[in-house]
Amino acid sequence: MRRILLFTGLALLAALLVWGMRGLPAFGSYPGPYGDVINQVAVAERHATDTVSAVNFDYRAFDTLGEEFILFTSVAGAALLLRREKSEEKEDENDGEDRDRGRAPPPTSDAVRVFGVALVGLTVGYGLYMISHGAVSPGGGFQGGVILATAPLSVYLAAEARTFERIAPKTLTEIGESVGAAGYVLLGLAGLVAGVTFLGNVLPLGRPGEVNGAGNIQALNLIVGLEVATAFVVLLTAFIEETLRRRLRREDR
Amino acid sequence: MIGWLQTGVLLLVAVAGAGVVRTRDPLQQSIAVSFYGLTLALLFFLHQAPDVALSQIVVGAVALPLMILLALAKVHRQDEERRGREEAER
Repeated sequence: MRRILLFTGLALLAALLVWGMRGLPAFGSYPGPYGDVINQVAVAERHATDTVSAVNFDYRAFDTLGEEFILFTSVAGAALLLRREKSEEKEDENDGEDRDRGRAPPPTSDAVRVFGVALVGLTVGYGLYMISHGAVSPGGGFQGGVILATAPLSVYLAAEARTFERIAPKTLTEIGESVGAAGYVLLGLAGLVAGVTFLGNVLPLGRPGEVNGAGNIQALNLIVGLEVATAFVVLLTAFIEETLRRRLRREDR
Repeated sequence: MIGWLQTGVLLLVAVAGAGVVRTRDPLQQSIAVSFYGLTLALLFFLHQAPDVALSQIVVGAVALPLMILLALAKVHRQDEERRGREEAER
């Protein structure tokens, strides 16, 4: 009985889907005027050869501001939930040591070390490329920021906890995140000061296709890159803080 | 036009998506969802949307599985600590 019900339901759903799919416009057909308009004016107006970036960081930069703050607030929320409480700290000093003496993690394997070290250079280089070429080619601050943030993760997996702490100190990443979030708003306000609109272009546009062109689009890409990269590292640190502290204590011994 | 390449990857996405749902263990599921994210990114590339594909790679194949893994590790550790504390009390 249940099976009959299931198959009738599935058949109906399939029929509905097929019916809907048949009414879809042909692949690649585009009825709205805005995409075509942007494609024609973006390079001439904003000197950004990646029109997607031009839309994200100029024509609807206010939307991206909201998106950036979604990330900012969610990271802040996660960090708040995962923070250490007073009682946990005391307990950690007293008997945390005894309890984890018997179950020290296995040493990092050579394969992980080699791959981790090899990946760090690659991810840093590629992440910086992606952020700095956001206005020129596909990609941008958001994508590049996440790629950049995987470098400290590789270090955490492959190297000593001490090294991780040195390349991604907590205060520095937190400052970076705040600067990234505030920088976006401040650059927007600079538009008001200059007499244009909020987030209107105030920086020199340069030549199309050049990394130091595209005015605000390029600057916002760099700011978002900083914000996203540090936000992810802050989140990572919030998750691994406890393990990190234990590893540090073990390395001190 | 949807060519045979897009159709093939579309099927791959369907298989990978079903694989994620069929995987029961959250640890294995995080790897499955990462693979699913990659196939989805491939689909976006083939539909000539490189910007979206790059976002999909970093979010679907890197950030999301990473967050799941970190959360799982945290939950496991808390579980172990609670168990250790209960044994110590006994």
